[in-house]
Amino acid sequence: MASKTININLKIWRQKNANSKGSMETYKLDNVSTDSSFLEMLDQLNEQLVNERKEPIAFDHDCREGICGMCSLYINGEAHGPDRAVTTCQLHMRKFKDGETIYVEPWRAKAFPVIKDLVVDRSAFDRIQQAGGFVSVNTSGRTMDANAIPIGKAEADKAFEAATCIGCGACVASCKNASAMLFVSAKVSQLALLPQGQVEAQQRVLNMVKQMDEEGFGNCTNTGACAVECPKEISLENIARMNREYLKAMVAAE
Amino acid sequence: MSILDSKIPEGHISKKWTDYKDHLRLVAPNNRPKIDIIVVGTGLAGASAAASLGEMGYNVKAFCFQDSPRRAHSIAAQGGINAAKNYQNDGDSIYRLFYDTIKGGDYRAREANVHRLAEVSGNIIDQCVAQGVPFAREYGGLLDNRSFGGTQVQRTFYAAGQTGQQLLLGAYSAISRQIGLGNVQMYNRHEMLDLVKVDGKARGIIARNLITGEIERHSAHAVILCTGGYGNVYFLSTNAMGSNVTAAWKAHKRGAYFANPCYVQIHPTCIPVHGTNQSKLTLMSESLRNSGRIWVPKKKEDAEAIRAGKLKPTQIAEEDRDYYLERRYPAFGNLVPRDVASRAAKERCDAGFGIEANDTMEGVYLDFSSEIQAKGKQTAYASGNHNPSEEEIIQLGKKWVEEKYGNLFQMYEKITDENPYETPMKIYPAVHYTMGGVWVDYNLQSTIPGCFVAGEANFSDHGANRLGASALMQGLADGYFVLPYTVSDYLAGDIRTGKISTDSPEFEEAENNVRDMISKFLNNNGSKSVDHFHKRLGHIMWNKVGMGRNAQGLTEAISEIAALREEFYKEVYVPGDANELNPELEKALRVADFMELGQLMARDALQRNESCGGHFREEYQDAEGETLRDDENFNFVGAWEYKGMDINQSELHKEVLNYEYIKIAARNYK
Repeated sequence: MASKTININLKIWRQKNANSKGSMETYKLDNVSTDSSFLEMLDQLNEQLVNERKEPIAFDHDCREGICGMCSLYINGEAHGPDRAVTTCQLHMRKFKDGETIYVEPWRAKAFPVIKDLVVDRSAFDRIQQAGGFVSVNTSGRTMDANAIPIGKAEADKAFEAATCIGCGACVASCKNASAMLFVSAKVSQLALLPQGQVEAQQRVLNMVKQMDEEGFGNCTNTGACAVECPKEISLENIARMNREYLKAMVAAE
Repeated sequence: MSILDSKIPEGHISKKWTDYKDHLRLVAPNNRPKIDIIVVGTGLAGASAAASLGEMGYNVKAFCFQDSPRRAHSIAAQGGINAAKNYQNDGDSIYRLFYDTIKGGDYRAREANVHRLAEVSGNIIDQCVAQGVPFAREYGGLLDNRSFGGTQVQRTFYAAGQTGQQLLLGAYSAISRQIGLGNVQMYNRHEMLDLVKVDGKARGIIARNLITGEIERHSAHAVILCTGGYGNVYFLSTNAMGSNVTAAWKAHKRGAYFANPCYVQIHPTCIPVHGTNQSKLTLMSESLRNSGRIWVPKKKEDAEAIRAGKLKPTQIAEEDRDYYLERRYPAFGNLVPRDVASRAAKERCDAGFGIEANDTMEGVYLDFSSEIQAKGKQTAYASGNHNPSEEEIIQLGKKWVEEKYGNLFQMYEKITDENPYETPMKIYPAVHYTMGGVWVDYNLQSTIPGCFVAGEANFSDHGANRLGASALMQGLADGYFVLPYTVSDYLAGDIRTGKISTDSPEFEEAENNVRDMISKFLNNNGSKSVDHFHKRLGHIMWNKVGMGRNAQGLTEAISEIAALREEFYKEVYVPGDANELNPELEKALRVADFMELGQLMARDALQRNESCGGHFREEYQDAEGETLRDDENFNFVGAWEYKGMDINQSELHKEVLNYEYIKIAARNYK
């Protein structure tokens, strides 16, 4: 690893709490290793702020290996920053130039209110899952043998790909309408593609879409920005599949 | 010394759990909604326990510090989950899974618990498939398996390199369903800061709302801790940044014994440390050892040239490579257990054969070129091409590898900026999992009545070393298939108790403790950050309570941590207020507990005058550097009782391990 260091300028959104007005603040940070992740760079900035007895910047993060979906920054106008197919914790400072000014903002969406600085409230996603993102099976372990229903590899792989969504909200943040269609369609697709999920497929899609609308997410206008910025490369096909499932369910309901 | 009652039921090992379950007390459906249960943590153990108990009709409150239960660190488990299904028809059985786990744990786990785990392992897979977990499948539509370390069968179920994610999302869907039905109340962004005991029983917790800073009292008839392991005591580990010991440690301080704290799993295949600002280490799944071969150069001068950037690994001829695991352990080769593989890497690097150009020269290669060749050829033949060109072979081989491990390869490339399809991965051991934890009996109940502990947070199933793909198995087994029975048995005595009041002096005292601690930190006016102290603690732990330990280093560690702890309380600076989102305060509260735990780990390692599993005392090894266990004197679980702030006063209790069904023997993977 060819390690070197760069000096950067940062414009970061600071907001005391949900009720206060926020603004962009300017910071300067020197000697950032290009091997550092973006979040390690923020750690370094926070260490500097604490040493100056200033309040550090609040940002969400946890696993730091791109799977928990907790990190959520809008960097230079892109969800999770300029690299593709990564979360912010997997974005490395080698993607930035010495002397560059980097803009860091929270997700912006009506359904994701800011809690503090760069931290937003994504509990709307949980409520959509609670509305129907499951198979109604009790946890007795006495279901049927796992190999009782063969599932074609192609279908199983498609279900898996949809299921890799980490629920980070980049799709919502990237969408000009703040739509949650990619997120919701990933879960709807995963379960609609598997025989275990098909029994409740119609009710599921109706309930999840209803909850999505109630949470204040916008509509989908097929721009596709969500799929471009998605760290897990969830495909737009899922939205098409959800629309088909929804139409089927609507027709059946009437 | 007191005798710990493990409450192992009578009868033959293969019948114990079934017979025991049949005779446990029940709580009738009409009484369950009157009973409150608190579940702390929503990883595999916590989410599955909360979902199952909620589904039964108990009134469940679940807590997690993350912004959603779906983000608990089980999500990051990569390689797979073991189950004795024998779908591959290669001789697997419940007994073999039981045996492999006991042997893998270096004969330091409790037989009855491990057998139960093996018994229910098959149900886990059935359950998960029924929930829509998309495991990997073969072309015939049936489930695929692969091998993991310490076994000679293929019993590991997987979903690419993100099995933990898929299993956790399955458990999350189950708990979400119960939240939607009103059976589980979910408290996100809440951290448990104390356990409340009333009349000797666990009756509630004090939690801090991490957004508002509010200190809340929550009462219940039973408290279940599923709060994961304590690997972050080392600062650098593969754990999530928020993973911590606080909930378990508070239970310990309230009377729950803490067992085998010195048993730490150092995972052999992680990406080496890159620099001083590094915040965590990243695992490269053990499943990669199915396909990758581990090596260092045979000649020291080659290793030196590589470190100096003058040679590339691909330029080292086959005969100049030392595949040291295949050389030392021909029977298991690259798939020896984790502790064995880690020590072997350390041995080569200490001897000067490391290939990474960092301060410590710590790094070995994990090379996929042989597998790319083999699988490329196989795939070509399978598609009818019996005369493939070299290029076709490589291309098909890479495609095969991508399908199996694509996300891991991508992760590696993003972090290191090197392409592992073209050049071998560089890897080195890192702290990954903790086998030690809160002592529990067969019911998963701690020494505090009503306080149950499951998943990585307890000590019970993995002895001194956990086998790969067994953590996921244990988490779900505890939550779905053990706790619903044993917790109900305990709660059968509580159907007439009624709601537990939070107005008691016990809640008052616990809440005041928490408030005092918080105001102490916020008014401390020191000058150094929490991370400053955490890093120093990690440094002591890694160097003296890490992969190789000795009496002198451990003795030094105990006093160094004591001194550091004093300095921490004097010099730490915690900015911000109590009544707001304050990540620095959260960290300070966690590091305070890590300091005490670190000392206890060193004490535990010092008393255990033997080498076993992940605990390697340099004084106790044979001529070939293998561990020397002392079954005569150390065939016990070391369970510590808290005796106040001075960890040197903590008292050791012993639970002697009886091996009735497996003959205790030297562990041999040669």
